[in-house]
Amino acid sequence: MGWNLVRIWTILVYTFMFLPVAVVVLLSFNASQFGSFPMTGLSFRWFVELAQNEAILRAFRTSIVLGLLTAAISTTLGVLASLALVRYRVPGSNVISTLLIAPILVPEVVLAVALLLFLNFLQINKSFTLLLLGHVIFTLPFVILVVQARLVSIKRDVEEAAMSLGASPRQTFFQITLPLMLPAVLAGALFAFTISFDDITGTLFWKPGGVETVPTQIFAMLRNSISPEINALGTVMIIMTVGLPLLGLAIARQVAKKSGT
Amino acid sequence: MSSVTLNNIVKRFGNFTAVHQSSLEIPEGAFVTLLGPSGCGKTTNLRMIAGLLDPSEGEILIGGKRVNDVPIHKRNLGLVFQNYALFPHKTVAENVAFGLKYRDVPADQIPKRVQEALELVQLPNVGERYPKELSGGQQQRIALARAIVIEPDVLLLDEPLSALDANLREDMRVELKRIQERIGVTTVFVTHDQSEALAMSDQIVVMSEGRVEQVGAPEEVYNTPASEFVANFLGASNIMEAKCAGMGGEGVTIEAPIFGTMTIPSEKAPRVTGAGPAKIVIRAEKLQLSANPAPEGVVSVPATVETVDYQGQAVRYFVRAGDTQLQAINMIDGHPFAEGAEVHLHLRPIDCAALPG
Ligand SMILES: Nc1ncnc2c1ncn2[C@@H]1O[C@H](COP(=O)(O)OP(=O)(O)OP(=O)(O)O)[C@@H](O)[C@H]1O
Ligand SMILES: [Mg+2]
Repeated sequence: MGWNLVRIWTILVYTFMFLPVAVVVLLSFNASQFGSFPMTGLSFRWFVELAQNEAILRAFRTSIVLGLLTAAISTTLGVLASLALVRYRVPGSNVISTLLIAPILVPEVVLAVALLLFLNFLQINKSFTLLLLGHVIFTLPFVILVVQARLVSIKRDVEEAAMSLGASPRQTFFQITLPLMLPAVLAGALFAFTISFDDITGTLFWKPGGVETVPTQIFAMLRNSISPEINALGTVMIIMTVGLPLLGLAIARQVAKKSGT
Repeated sequence: MSSVTLNNIVKRFGNFTAVHQSSLEIPEGAFVTLLGPSGCGKTTNLRMIAGLLDPSEGEILIGGKRVNDVPIHKRNLGLVFQNYALFPHKTVAENVAFGLKYRDVPADQIPKRVQEALELVQLPNVGERYPKELSGGQQQRIALARAIVIEPDVLLLDEPLSALDANLREDMRVELKRIQERIGVTTVFVTHDQSEALAMSDQIVVMSEGRVEQVGAPEEVYNTPASEFVANFLGASNIMEAKCAGMGGEGVTIEAPIFGTMTIPSEKAPRVTGAGPAKIVIRAEKLQLSANPAPEGVVSVPATVETVDYQGQAVRYFVRAGDTQLQAINMIDGHPFAEGAEVHLHLRPIDCAALPG
């Protein structure tokens, strides 16, 4: 009896969470101009219009470039930071670790405003580079958390064995450590990409005039009217931000399986 | 193949001294075991030889060359760890081939060398498998193959058998010794298991709290312990305060409690320098319980059995003679004595050893 209540409650919560998403996805295939039920027919016309909308395409390109750069930089920095924190005795490593993780704990708005004020103070103008910098700060903790956890589980013995066999520390890293932490590195990169790709709060503060990412573009479009194009765009976003990590996970699992870890 | 020399090595971790000034000479081709209780600095010594730790003082020579400043990957050593440390993402063959890539081995020779190494450890058919597809004993053989395929100057083994179960451990012990003899590589073996040390070594280095207590052949450290610590660590011993009454041609005369005056061969008391206080060391295995008094030339003392600890082929007795409790380990011949039995303790003076008091 009690368990049934819990079960129903759980279902209700999930319905509440996912119903709006489902509605958006459904309506994006609606033939009619007005986004409402009942649907008048199945159509891909909003996706076609989407593909012809210059502003959206530009935003898409910006988002992808931004996401890829963020992922590349965050992952590189994150791997290096994790290595330093886990493998070497760095003075004050606890403090550094906390500082690196802090951006997750600070509310995003606060972080966004803080960075903006700081840039003003330095009299630096907003630019794409700064937007990228903001995204890197914001995604770095996720990469570090994932990679660090993995690195801790890689035994020092294995690296020492490699070195005793003649591999220099650098060769040991590329031959042993990196392959062993690859699943975590991939996961970190994917995290960074998806977080960057659908971030809006920070982006609104940091983006220079005239640059739009997909989320800010949607936001701007919503201010004028609710076009069914937005439903289509939402569906594409959902596919990207849900599908990519799933794909990544599957790849990571394959890699892990092959390496027998 | 090279000799290894430690010259006045000290290793400190902060305020704590893990290895006190110690020197060691490991001859070319020898199988030397570092033996001692947990925390005595065995691994620390091994890691310094390997180049994984820098000594705080002193110098390390391999093949006569000072290697203090040579990083581990240039030392040409084979290293085997307690928990195998195989590369989980590489196949067995790739694991074994790993060290060859960094040496001047022609690429077409590598598979042949790998196969030879796998045959040496008697696992010729597992090259394509991943380490996790092997048993613990098999993994350790592969770790050994990986270490010896590079023809190291020195083979360093840190408790390589202790993760294996008892039966397998004995097999591997024989196997390891066979392989070492076959390739003749200088080997430093770390263990806290005395039977392993006694069975395998040319030389045993007994360590305690960061100090070398004794270096010698297994028989020597077993029969002529240099200190009370060594006597107790290698098997069970009865150690009693005694007195040296004099030294003569036929040996050292010791006045011991319970057993009375005995003449011990000089080579069993090399550290006793003259009359004065001394300690007598009686191995538990050398103290025989018997229902009858002893024949001529064997000391015999009446005693009472207090505790019987049955161990299968052998039995360990705690007996009381006078007001002293003694330990005896005897092979079982017929039935063991029961608790409370009145027995005679037989002891041959030549089986005793003496230490300075
Ligand atoms: N990195 C380190 N920092 C501080 N102390 C250390 C360090 N490594 C070892 N020690 C200390 O040095 C002493 C010797 O350690 P070591 O590992 O050599 O012992 P061991 O003889 O190999 O023991 P075991 O049989 O348990 O492996 C120990 O008391 C240990 O706590
Ligand atoms: Mg150890």
